[in-house]
Parts: sequence; structure tokens; C-alpha cells
Amino acid sequence: MSNQSAIDRLLSTINMHSHSFDEGTAHVEIHGNQVLNTTLVEGLKVESQETSRGVDVDILVEAGTVIEQPVYFCFGMLENGLQHIRMNVRFGAKAKAHFISHCSFSNATEVEHIMDADIHLEPGAEYRYFERHVHSMDSGIKVIPKAKVQLEESSRFATEFELIKGRVGLIDIDYEAECGPHSVLELLSRISGRQDDVIKIREAGKLSGEYSRGVLTSNIAVRDRAQALIQNELTATAAGAVGHVDCNEIVQDEAQAKAIPIVDVRHPKAHVTHEAAIGSVDSKQLQTLMSRGLSEDEAVEMIIQGLLRK
Amino acid sequence: MGIIELKQVSLSFEEQQILFELSMDFWEGHIHAVVGPNGAGKSTLAHTIMGLPDYRSHTGDILFAGKSIKELSIDERAKLGITLAWQEPARFNGIKVREFIRRAGDKSRGTKSPEEVLNMVGLDPGRYLDRDVDTTLSGGERKRIELASIVAMHPKVVLMDEPDSGVDIDAIQSIFDVLEWLKEHGTTVIMITHSGEVLKHADHAFLLCNGALVDKGTVEQLSSYFERKCVPCTHKNVPDEEALV
Repeated sequence: MSNQSAIDRLLSTINMHSHSFDEGTAHVEIHGNQVLNTTLVEGLKVESQETSRGVDVDILVEAGTVIEQPVYFCFGMLENGLQHIRMNVRFGAKAKAHFISHCSFSNATEVEHIMDADIHLEPGAEYRYFERHVHSMDSGIKVIPKAKVQLEESSRFATEFELIKGRVGLIDIDYEAECGPHSVLELLSRISGRQDDVIKIREAGKLSGEYSRGVLTSNIAVRDRAQALIQNELTATAAGAVGHVDCNEIVQDEAQAKAIPIVDVRHPKAHVTHEAAIGSVDSKQLQTLMSRGLSEDEAVEMIIQGLLRK
Repeated sequence: MGIIELKQVSLSFEEQQILFELSMDFWEGHIHAVVGPNGAGKSTLAHTIMGLPDYRSHTGDILFAGKSIKELSIDERAKLGITLAWQEPARFNGIKVREFIRRAGDKSRGTKSPEEVLNMVGLDPGRYLDRDVDTTLSGGERKRIELASIVAMHPKVVLMDEPDSGVDIDAIQSIFDVLEWLKEHGTTVIMITHSGEVLKHADHAFLLCNGALVDKGTVEQLSSYFERKCVPCTHKNVPDEEALV
């Protein structure tokens, strides 16, 4: 299969194609352990090394660079196997970029996708990262994303992880972030599990810089026999540090969900709150939609999709 | 014959009886008010007509256009054209006003767009269509958006629980204008209220006290009870003159 053919097949699984990208839009496609394409823009450097298990990628957004258009990454496996991505991301001072990453395993049935990311944001940098997973309806997919994030003064890291189409299989997210003074950390996960899917999320933010801020949000829906375990942890050790942990889980059928929010405040001028709501669909929401003529199944689906869009 | 008829409807929760043998006719294309003090059973009556799960175990019967709806679920009743506006509308995370209204219109005879119905309830579509129906909206805004969704549905019967609750004075008139529009277009409106001001917008009224129907008639007739501050009495279905102060 030629590179172009593989790129086209990979992008078609996320309803895109090579012509989806404007000239001047950076995009990188990685299939298994092959880097199929790297299209860059000024101020963005991507160096990759194919390994036997996947790809090692170094990403640098140079100091002062502001990339207006989103940078697209597509990771995928058209066949079964292992894909281990080691990613080293560095944003120079005051660099700003928005990355949109699609992870497509829509045809594969037995896949292990491991992501080890090391992210460093220099002072004033801003990194927004949106990761959407598209999976097949088979349960043999394992997704294990791990990230360590270092936020220097006045930097911002905002990430959204979305897996709402196809089966989860097993997902085991583990993110840790250390927040410097006046930095902002926002982690949001939106995942829908069904049948015997297993969702594990551990997100830990250390608000160690003065006036640093952190918000950890998990919106999860599980049905059938799916299981979810959410451990969100914010530790505030500096004056003016402010954080919030928010976990919303809708549980249907025989599914199970557990949330363990940990709020650890070690400075009298820090403030961290948490909120967790776990349960079935809210009865008033359900009855309102049914009283407009939606069936119970339609109403439940609308409420769940709403939560997952939140 | 009313479009909604209650025949000897009684309802108990556990050991406590809430509704006592209610027999009521709601005439088609009229605005009715069900009035009474707190705890009279007004909202319970609305929830029972709508068929909410906790209110299905009543005795007696409820007829819609002459046919029993006792065994029908909420959505089955809604498909017949019956709907309910809550005193405190639900909040929906992640659901846009546009989608909330559109889905109500999808399942019904309604023909108006989300933009049109928002204008009717006095809300600027440009400001509201793409907002979530959640806590970022005030209670009054959600109340008007709920009413907009009902106009989009264009039901045959709407049960309005406390239509003025949480709504500022400027917006109340737009709500009554919409209720009048619904009436003119064939919808039967049943307002649940303890407000004398709301009562004035009805064509007919029923007075409930302690779960029993104690009077019915014109707005003028019922206003006199209202002005004398009806208090709960122990005489079911019979107005207790001594208990009225």
C-alpha cells in the first residue's frame, strides 16, 4: 500500500481526506509504526523516529510562534497490532497552538494504542489539545494514554479527550500536571462505555505555583455492563491557587461507576472544590422530553449525548 | 364532554391519600385554572393527568377525547397531544435551546421554527438559540424556553404548573399572550396556580382543597373564594363555609 493510499484510507475513517487541509495547515499522519506524512508550518518542528513498536515524535513550537490554524494529527491502525507513541512536546515561551488529534481504530478488532507524552510549556505558552477517538464496535481495543505536563509561569494547557463513538474496550488514562505560578490547567474527558467496556481515568494536578488554577472535568456515560473508575486529584500548595474537580457519570442498566475525587489543600490561601454526580438519568429531564413525545430510549440518548457534549 | 375528563380519580402515596375522587371536565379550546392553597393537590393532579411514573397508581379513570388514557405512558399521552410545563423546568447540560425546541416540534403537529417560538415568548433567538438549557439560564428564562418548546409542539392540551413562577413582571404578559395564542389555535390550557392574577386569565376555574374538588365555575365565582383565602378543610367535595376566612 502506497503512502498516499494509506493516508487516504486512514483519513477516510474519520471522514476526512488529503484535500481536507488548507494550504498552510500543518498535519501529520501516522499509521502503526509508519509516519506517512508530515506537513509543517513555520515555527513548528516535528521530528519522528519509527521504532519496532510505534513511533517516537518530538514536537517543538518555537518561542513566540502563534499558529492560527489547528495542527492536525491522525494516529491509526487499519489492522490489528500495537502502536506505541512516545511524544515529547515542547512549547517555547509565548508560543500558542491548537492541536486536533484523531485516533482511528475503526476497522481493527485487536489493537493496543499506548501514548506516552511528556509536555513542557515555557512561560506564557498556550497549548490546546483535542483528542478524538474513533473505534470499531469490537471490544478488543486497549487505549493507554499517559502524560506528564509541566506548566511554567502563566502558561495554559487545555485538553479534551473524547471517545463517544464505537466501543471503548479498555481505556486507562493517566495524566499528571505540575502547575507553575499563574498557570492554567484544564482537563476534560468525555467517554461513553457500553457492554463490557472498562474506563479508568486518573488525572492529577499539582497547583504548586501561586495563583495557579486547575479544573478537572469528567463526563462519563456507562450502560450495559460497562465499568468506570474516575480518580481526579488536585493538590494545592500555594497562595491563591484555585481548583475544581467535577465528575458527572450517568449509569444505565447493570453498569457501574465510581468516582474518587481527591482534594488536597496545603495552603490557607488556596481553595479547591469538588462535585460529583453519579446516577441514572435525571427523572425530570427524562419526563420533560417524554412529555414532548420522545420515547424513553430517545430521551435517554438525548440526555446522554448532552452530557457527553458538555 | 371535555377533551380531558377525570372520573372519580383518587391517588394515594403509601398510606396517605392525596387526591379524593376527583371528577372534572376540561373543555376543549378553553383556558382553565386549577386553584387552591399549597398542598391542595394541584401539581399532583397535573402530574397524574400527564401520567408521570409515581402518579400512575390512581383509581378512577382519565379520558382524553372520550377514551381512557389510564394505561398510557408519558410519551404515549404526549403523542396524543398532551404535555406538561413544570413549575421549575429541568436543566439540560449540553443540550442547546435550538435542539430542545426542535425535538419538541419533531414529534408533533407543530410547524413553527425555534426562532419563531422564541420570539413569541419574548426571547431574542440570536441570544438564546445556541445556549445550553442549563444553569447559565435563569429560572424565568428556562420557563419561557419551556413554553417556546410547547408552542413548537402545538399540543392539544397543555398543563401549565404555576406559569408565572420565577418570571419577572415584564415577561409575564408575554406568557399570557402565548397562552391566549394557544387557545385561539385550539389548545386546551390547564393552569395550576395559587395566584389571583393568573386566575384572571382563565375562562373557568376549579378550586381544590386538601386533594378534593370543593368548587368550580366562572373566574368571578372562584375569585371570591380566592380573595377570602381558602384554607384547608376536612370536608371533601363539600365547601366548608366555616373554614373559609
